[in-house]
Amino acid sequence: MDVGRHLNINIIPNTEVTSLEGEVGNFKARLESVPRFINLDNCTGCGECKSVCPVTAVNEFDCGLNVRSATYIQYAQAVPLAFTIDKDKCIGCGLCERVCLADAIDYAQEPNTAEVEVGAVIMSQGSDAFDPSKFDHYSYSQYPNVITSLEFERILSASGPYQGHLMRPLDREEPAKIAWLQCVGSRDINRCDHSYCSSVCCMYAIKEAVIAKEHASGNLSCNIFYMDMRTHGKDFEKYYDRAKDEGVNFVRSRVHSITEDPKTGNLFLEYVTEAGEIVRDEFDLVVLSVGLEAKESAIDLAKNLGIELNGHNFVATSDQNPVSTSREGVFVCGAFQGPKDIPQSVVEASAAAAAAGEILADSRYKDTKEVELVPETNVVGERPRIGVFVCSCGINIAGTVDVDEVAEYSKTLPYVEYVTNNLYTCSQDTQEIMTQIIKEQNLNRVVVASCTPKTHEPMFRDTLTNAGLNKYLFEMANIRNQCSWVHANNPDLATKKSKDLVRMAVMKVALKEPLQEIKLDVNQNALVIGGGISGMTSALNLARQGFQTHLIEKNEELGGQAKSLYKTAKGEKVGEILNSLLTDVKNEKRIEVHLKTEIEEVDGFVGNFKTKLNKGGKPLEIEHGVATIATGAEEFKPDEYSYGESPMILTSLEFDKKLMAGELKAGEMDTAVFIQCVGSREPDRPYCSRLCCSHSIESALELKELNPEMNVYILNRDIRTYGDREELYKKAREMGVMFIRYSYDEKPEVVFKDGRIVVKAEDKIIGRVLEIETDLLTLATSIIPNKNIQLAQNFKVAMDEDGFYVERHAKLGPSEFATDGVFLCGLAHYPKPIDESIAQAKAASSRAVTLLAQGTVSTNGEIASVNQNNCSGCGTCVSVCPYSAPSFLEEGRMAGKADINAALCKGCGLCVASCRSGAIGLKGFDNEQIFSMISAA
Amino acid sequence: MAENYEPKILAFLCNWCAYAGADLAGVSRFQYPPTLRVIRTMCSGRVDPLYIAEGLVNGYDGVFVSG
Repeated sequence: MDVGRHLNINIIPNTEVTSLEGEVGNFKARLESVPRFINLDNCTGCGECKSVCPVTAVNEFDCGLNVRSATYIQYAQAVPLAFTIDKDKCIGCGLCERVCLADAIDYAQEPNTAEVEVGAVIMSQGSDAFDPSKFDHYSYSQYPNVITSLEFERILSASGPYQGHLMRPLDREEPAKIAWLQCVGSRDINRCDHSYCSSVCCMYAIKEAVIAKEHASGNLSCNIFYMDMRTHGKDFEKYYDRAKDEGVNFVRSRVHSITEDPKTGNLFLEYVTEAGEIVRDEFDLVVLSVGLEAKESAIDLAKNLGIELNGHNFVATSDQNPVSTSREGVFVCGAFQGPKDIPQSVVEASAAAAAAGEILADSRYKDTKEVELVPETNVVGERPRIGVFVCSCGINIAGTVDVDEVAEYSKTLPYVEYVTNNLYTCSQDTQEIMTQIIKEQNLNRVVVASCTPKTHEPMFRDTLTNAGLNKYLFEMANIRNQCSWVHANNPDLATKKSKDLVRMAVMKVALKEPLQEIKLDVNQNALVIGGGISGMTSALNLARQGFQTHLIEKNEELGGQAKSLYKTAKGEKVGEILNSLLTDVKNEKRIEVHLKTEIEEVDGFVGNFKTKLNKGGKPLEIEHGVATIATGAEEFKPDEYSYGESPMILTSLEFDKKLMAGELKAGEMDTAVFIQCVGSREPDRPYCSRLCCSHSIESALELKELNPEMNVYILNRDIRTYGDREELYKKAREMGVMFIRYSYDEKPEVVFKDGRIVVKAEDKIIGRVLEIETDLLTLATSIIPNKNIQLAQNFKVAMDEDGFYVERHAKLGPSEFATDGVFLCGLAHYPKPIDESIAQAKAASSRAVTLLAQGTVSTNGEIASVNQNNCSGCGTCVSVCPYSAPSFLEEGRMAGKADINAALCKGCGLCVASCRSGAIGLKGFDNEQIFSMISAA
Repeated sequence: MAENYEPKILAFLCNWCAYAGADLAGVSRFQYPPTLRVIRTMCSGRVDPLYIAEGLVNGYDGVFVSG
C-alpha cells in the first residue's frame, strides 16, 4: 500500500527487463510489457468482471487447491489492485466487457516496449519453492494427502481455499495427526542438487504446527521430522521452546519412505529413531517442508545482464559487500541473493537502497515529483455543511444495498447539505467532480459511503486538500467490505445497516475540527554510536549519501570485535575488511570520529536531538537529526568446562587471536575439540547465538588445512549452518571432522588426566561414552550484548530481557526503533555474522536517510494532546506510550504536568484511554466523537 | 428467547489488525449477521471502558473489542 501510493515509486507491472546497457550512474534499461487486457487507470478492482467470467482455471496462488476465473486478481492485497485477463484461459465471450461499468476492459491491448534511464538497479526477484513432484520418494504426485508447506499455508489462511478450516485435500476431513518432513529440496545432493540449507523451513514448520494446533477442533498431533533444528533467528529459539511446551513433537530422523493406505488415504512413514529403532507410523496428512531455489526467469535475466551467479544459481556477492553484484551499480536483495527469511530480506532491501543511494546522492530530487499545495479555506466556527457521497461501486454495493434509499435517507440527517450517488466514487473523473462540488456547495465536511478507509481514505483526503478543505474534515462509511459484501443475502438489513453507518459517520464528522500538521526541520547531522564494523559501515554510508556524521566510540580505537576475528564464512579475511573500512572512514571528510567518548545525556526528539558527550573527560555537545545505535556485543566468558584452568582451553575469539598470531602449533597437535552452545540455548540465555556453528566449523577446517592428520571433533546440539554456510559443514565432514551430538541434559564433561585435557561425551549413534584426549579445547561461547540501560533510557528505546535492543517490527522494521529518528544495527540487535552486520548497518543508514533527505518531518494531525489543567502528573501516559511521546514539562506554570510531543505521537490513543484524570484528548478520535457514533449506531 | 434472535453487537476494531480483518472478510465474501456495528479506532488501547458501558446503555447486547 505504501509503495502503491508513493508519489515517487512508478510501478510498472507485467513487465520484464530485456536488456541493460550503459554503466553505473547511467543505465538504459529496455522494458517489455505483456498486456493485461485491462486498463489500469480505469479498473477500480470491483470484481464485477470476475463474477460473470464463465471460465474455470487453476488458482496458482492457492497452489492448485482452488479455482479462479480467467479474469482474476491474484490476491486481495495485490498492488495495483486491478484485474488481469488470463488470455490463455479466456474464451473471448465478451461478458466482462459488457458488465464493466468502469470501461476498463481492453481486448485490443498489445505488448509494448519502453526504455527507462536509471542510475542504479536493484534485483529482488525472490525465489521459487522447490517442486517435489519430480521425485518419486516423496510420493507428492501420487498421494493427495502429501502436500507442500506452501499448500498448507494456503489451507491455514482465512482467505485460502478452505477459509482457514484445517482440512486435508482428499476428503476435506480434519486431520488428527500431521507429519512435517524437513529439508525437502535442501541439504540434499543425492537427488535435487541443492546442498545449501534453505534457512526458513525449520521456523515455518514450527509456526505451521503451532497455528494448526490453534485451528484444530481436537488435540492435534503435530510431528516434525528433522535433521538439525535451525531456529537461529531473533526470538526463534524461544518459539521453538514454546512449541515443545505446547506439545509439538520433534523427531530427529530422515524419513525414507511414504506409503498410502488406499482405503483411508492415510500415510505410513517409515523411519529410524536416534536409538536405532525402525518405526512405522500412520498419519492423516504429510506436509513436505520445501526449500527455496532460484527462479528460472531470474537466472536467465541475471545471465542476460551479465550478473555473476554462485554455484547454486543465486547472485554471487561477497561478505564485505553483501548487496553488491559483479556489475557495478547493480545491487541485489532478498532470496535471489540466497535463501533467507523476511527480516533479513527487509534488511537487505534497505541496504541495497542505501548502496544505490551512495551512487545517486548527487542527483537526489532531480527527477522526483512534488505535491502542489492548494491554499486551505478557514472553516473554523462555521456551522457544519456536510456532503455525503454514496458509492455504488459498480454493482458491488448497489447490487445488495439500495443506494438510492441510503442517499435519500442521508438528506434527512442533521447538517447534511448535499447528497449524491456515484457509480465509482474513487474514479479519476468523480474526484474532479467532487472537488468542484465541495467548492460550489461550500461544503466544510465530507462523508464518503463506499469501501474501506484502509485503502481509500488517503485518496479522498487528497481530494479534500485539492478542494482547499482541511483533509481531516472527512469520514468514511464502510458500506462495501463490511456491509454489501458480507450481507449479500440480506439486502433489506444491509440497506438498514448502510443507513446506520452513514448516520454514524455524519454524526462524527459534524464534530470534527480542522487539524494541523506541523512541519519541523530535521537537523542534517547524524550520530552513530559504536565504532565497530557496523558503526563504521553505517557512518560511511550516511557520509557518502551527503550527511555530516559523528562516529563515537568508547574505546581508544575503532574496530570492535572484528579486531579479534580471522575469516568470514566465505573465507574473506576480516582484517582486510576492517583495514579498508578504517581507511575509508579516515579519508571521508564528512565523518568526524570521537574516540574515548561516551554519551551522558540525550535531549530532544526526531530531527532535533541534542546529545551531551564525555570525550576523554571533556564535555562535548552535538546537535543531530538522527542517531544509529551500533553498540555491539561481546563474547561470553564461560563458567564451565574448566575454562581458565588450562591455556589450551579457549573461547572462539581467543582461538582466532592465537591463530592469527601464529601461536597455534597445529602441526604438533593430534586432537582438537570444539564444544558448541556454551552459554547459549540455556535458561540464562535462551537464544541461539547464530554464528558459532559456522565459526567453529571454519576453525576446524583451518586446523585440518594446517594439519590434515589432526582429529577434530565438534560437540553440538544442532548444527546451524544456514544458507550456503551448509557448504562448510559438508566440507568439514568430507575432510573428516567428526560431529558428535549432545543434549542440554547430558552436557560433555571436561577432566584432566596426566595433565591432558579429556572431554567425555556420549555418542548417541553408537550409544557409548567417548573419552577424547585433546590438545586443544575451544568453547563456542554465546554472544552477549553490551547491555547499556542508560543509553536505552537516553534514547527512549526498548531492550529485551537478554539485553538486545528491540526493533520497531521484527519483520518489517528490523533496523529502526519504534522511537522515531533512532536506528539500529549489528550485534546490538542480535548476534549475526559480518555480512549480515554490514547489510544491517547500510539498512539503518538507509532508513535514517529517508528522514534526513526530506529535510522536515510532518506531524500527524490525529494525535493526542494534554489539557494540563486536568493533569495530575501521575505519569501513566509516560509509562504506557510505546513511542515515548509523553513527558513531563520541566519549566513554566505547568511544570510537572504531562505534555505530548507531536513529532513522536502516532495517535494510537493508549494514553488517552489510560489517563485517570481525563486530561488527554485524541484529535480525530475524541471521546465526544466516539460517543456520538455509539449513540448514532 | 425468540428462535431467530440475533444479538446486536457493537465492535471497536483496531485499524491495523481487526479492522483490516473485517475488510478481508468482505473481500473473501464471508457472510455474517448484519447486526454488527463497527467503530474504527487507531488502536484497541484507545477503547475507554466508558465506551463499553455507553454501548450497553444504548441498547447493544454485547460489545466486542478486538485488536
